[in-house]
Amino acid sequence: MLGRLSFSAIPVDVPILVGTFLGAAIAGLAVLGLITYYGKWGYLWKEWLTSVDHKRLAVMYIVLALVALFRGFADAIMMRTQLALAYAGNPGYLPPHHYDQIFSAHGTIMIFFLAMAFMTGLFNFVVPLQIGARDVAFPFLNNLSFWMTAIAFVLVNVSLFIGEFSQCGWLAYPPLSESQFSPGVGVDYYIWAIQLSGVGTLLTGVNFFVTIVKMRAPGMTWMKMPVFTWTAFCSSILIMVSFPVLTVAVALLGLDRYFGMHFFTNDGGGNQMLYLSLIWSWGHPEVYILVIPAFGVFSEVVPAFSGKPLFGYGTMVYATCSIMVLSFVVWVHHFFTMGAGPDVNAFFGIATMIISIPTGVKLFNWMFTMYKGRVQFHACMYWAVGFMVTFTIGGMTGVMMAIPGADFVLHNSLFLIAHFHNVIIGGVYFGYICGMNFWFPKVMGFKMNEAWGIRAFWFWFVGFYFAFVPLYVLGFDGMTRRMNHYDNPEWHIWLLIAEVGAVLILFGIVCQLTQLYVTIRDRNLPANRDVTGDPWNGRALEWSTSSPPPPYNFAIVPHVHELDAFMHDKENGIDTRCAGGPYAPIHMPKNTAAGFLIGAFSFIFGFAAVWYIWWLAAIGLIGVIGTVIARSANKDIDYYIPADEVARIENEHSRKLMAQAAE
Amino acid sequence: MKNKLLARMARLGGLSSALLLAGCEMDVLDPKGPVGDGVKSLIATSTIAMLIVVIPTIILSLAFAWHYRQSNTSAEYLPKWSHSNKVELIIWGVPSLIILFLAVITYQTCHSLDPYKPLEAEATTKPLHVEVVALDWKWLFIYPEQGIATVNQLAIPVNTPVDFVITSDSVMNSFFIPRLGSMIYAMAGMQTQLHLLASEPGDYLGESANYSGRGFSDMKFRTLAVSGDEFNAWVDKVKSSSEQLDGQTYPKLAAPSEANPVEYFAHVEPGLFNAIVAKYNNGMVMDKSTGKMIQVQSAMSDMNMKE
Repeated sequence: MLGRLSFSAIPVDVPILVGTFLGAAIAGLAVLGLITYYGKWGYLWKEWLTSVDHKRLAVMYIVLALVALFRGFADAIMMRTQLALAYAGNPGYLPPHHYDQIFSAHGTIMIFFLAMAFMTGLFNFVVPLQIGARDVAFPFLNNLSFWMTAIAFVLVNVSLFIGEFSQCGWLAYPPLSESQFSPGVGVDYYIWAIQLSGVGTLLTGVNFFVTIVKMRAPGMTWMKMPVFTWTAFCSSILIMVSFPVLTVAVALLGLDRYFGMHFFTNDGGGNQMLYLSLIWSWGHPEVYILVIPAFGVFSEVVPAFSGKPLFGYGTMVYATCSIMVLSFVVWVHHFFTMGAGPDVNAFFGIATMIISIPTGVKLFNWMFTMYKGRVQFHACMYWAVGFMVTFTIGGMTGVMMAIPGADFVLHNSLFLIAHFHNVIIGGVYFGYICGMNFWFPKVMGFKMNEAWGIRAFWFWFVGFYFAFVPLYVLGFDGMTRRMNHYDNPEWHIWLLIAEVGAVLILFGIVCQLTQLYVTIRDRNLPANRDVTGDPWNGRALEWSTSSPPPPYNFAIVPHVHELDAFMHDKENGIDTRCAGGPYAPIHMPKNTAAGFLIGAFSFIFGFAAVWYIWWLAAIGLIGVIGTVIARSANKDIDYYIPADEVARIENEHSRKLMAQAAE
Repeated sequence: MKNKLLARMARLGGLSSALLLAGCEMDVLDPKGPVGDGVKSLIATSTIAMLIVVIPTIILSLAFAWHYRQSNTSAEYLPKWSHSNKVELIIWGVPSLIILFLAVITYQTCHSLDPYKPLEAEATTKPLHVEVVALDWKWLFIYPEQGIATVNQLAIPVNTPVDFVITSDSVMNSFFIPRLGSMIYAMAGMQTQLHLLASEPGDYLGESANYSGRGFSDMKFRTLAVSGDEFNAWVDKVKSSSEQLDGQTYPKLAAPSEANPVEYFAHVEPGLFNAIVAKYNNGMVMDKSTGKMIQVQSAMSDMNMKE
């Protein structure tokens, strides 16, 4: 009846998990209780959970990403603490069974649910506004993408308390991940979490590709498109090309596990090298999917706070596109040590280091954007300059590892771990947080607290160096990744320093939470309100709307004359908003519960498939198909905002603008 | 001429990294053999080449941000300036030249440090052959010429090239002795190759550099680099063991075990390594000299395909 699921799958004998469960349960009940107490269930359901508004979805994505950050960081600091303790005969406090799940979950969560969700949140918020569109091309799919991502993250967390998670690392290399060596449910949780969130990500890629191709405001030719939109475009193309590869690779692994096939097994003609090749031909583009939008953020932030246009816009676009293309011809650098011949390795090594040329050019472009500018040290600029310094070092160590001869001693060492955290924290994370500080007033209508933002930056920045420079050293000292304990006395001191770094980063996260709290507490102070919708003297179209923008974004779709459209309009006295109308009724998509229901049924299906509860899996699958049919047959999916209502909203904003100007 | 320059740069790199790490002895940066030396000088050369662009980038980022800060009204402000062919030429040109240089040394070292390539020393010294099998979670070393085998202890004579052939009878691992240089994966049904040489006697860490499951952290071995006489004495010591490795005892050894102690086998069934490879290939194994698949003829053939 319950497949493989029995009471013994509940880890009541692991105090850490029982404590975590109690904590999560109490926090969860408290949140649910508060929602009930304030009677907000209807509001939450109607305005948020079923919303197809890209701005609402953006907020939900970023909330999801922050929750994933807490989970992923809790894993990280547990690992660091284990390695600070587990030395010279001391087993530490995490046995391999637990520790191996933690590093597997850490990587999976940080990439798929922190970074991807944060990135999608930024896309959702910024792209339609930057190109003068009223929403994305497929608003319902956008909502569905969110729910597929969210339920996959829930599935990963359910594995904490029911059964176990994968113990095969974040990419689940076979044959270790095959049932012969990993018979438990851990890898199955991994497979279904990846597959379900993969549906969401792929739909996001298609959605934003179509949005950017088809829905740009009149006059916005390709070379007048803001750089963040360019990066979202390149990232969407990478998603569309590479995520199907991930889906296939993991599906083949699933066939091995569920149906006893032999794609990657040791025996029966399976080939583990094929899996590495497939997973990395997704995995390498994936890191560019994440970092290219971060480059986009800096390309918006640095000009805004330097009081100058971006240096070398054309170069920036070509550099972004060449990085996109090159990212597909470098994947073998993840396994130079597999025994390919010297010519193969040389090709992939050189292709990899060529990427550093356009990436370097981007750094110089941001630098020359500050050159002869008026640089305002807003919290955003701290993250941006901190990024430039940190990412340069990460790029250098990346090129070192791109040289196969050097990789033969650095591969899979802590040097590698230091390198990719250097680019993922110093590039992706700094970029996304910078973007959050930058666009927050647009989303919420009030600015983020700067003092706490700057404190958070310093803790993250210094904490990063404390946490990861020792890992570079340890890599040179022959320490490999994923070790649970060790007996080399020379390693111990460095791991203690790294632990200090992890604690500093913890303070950084606490500062970020405080920043959010203080920001919301002080939201009504006049200095914090964003009345005009243009708090930073911005350059692109998103700053021409009110903050937060009305549901339809633009009452009258703007005409784009130049790159930096809004700045051009401001300088030439053109009213981008065409205030005063005449306004026409605006066609809008209706909110729908279908995305939530498909997500919920998919969750049931995924959970049942993990545990071999086939009747329940059938219910889940039928539920998904039924909801899709019902949604497809539903003709009542849109409505019009009447012209009078549009005029009322727009005139009110005009009044606020005039009052502000009169002050 | 160029080599001299490279060597000098390598020494400089070694010096600066030594200074950076405050006299700490790093395994990879303090190699005890020619492969490790080659890798180390490659790391140093490439690091120096990259620092030519990395250091100015970092300094200029900070300097521009500071000099053009809003409060410094004496700094020039060009609110429209966003293009300069001269700057573009430099920011594309300089990194391209450095990458061109790195590409050349990458191509060269891919060949000179190819783990499959026999070492130069093999022209004058007869190499020692060692067959390596990664097991759950221990390393089996078979010395076919000596007819012995050991677990988690590898003895090699100094200044003698060692030819490793490596496979796995379990999941993927990576065979790595940091002080001696390059690593290579160990995979079931496949034979990877590695050529190493220890130029100084010592007791060096050996490990798996690819996570392989529960017992991975203890999947370590010691590499004893000793003189020729000591090596012969060590072989005799192994031969005096009462243990044998054959079709009966191998499955017991191959069963998963964690933190396995050092074990000696005085005698090893000939063809054991080929039989381990062949059991994942329908009884076939690739002959490395011809590249052809051949049927394994062995007393171990009953081991084939236990599935």
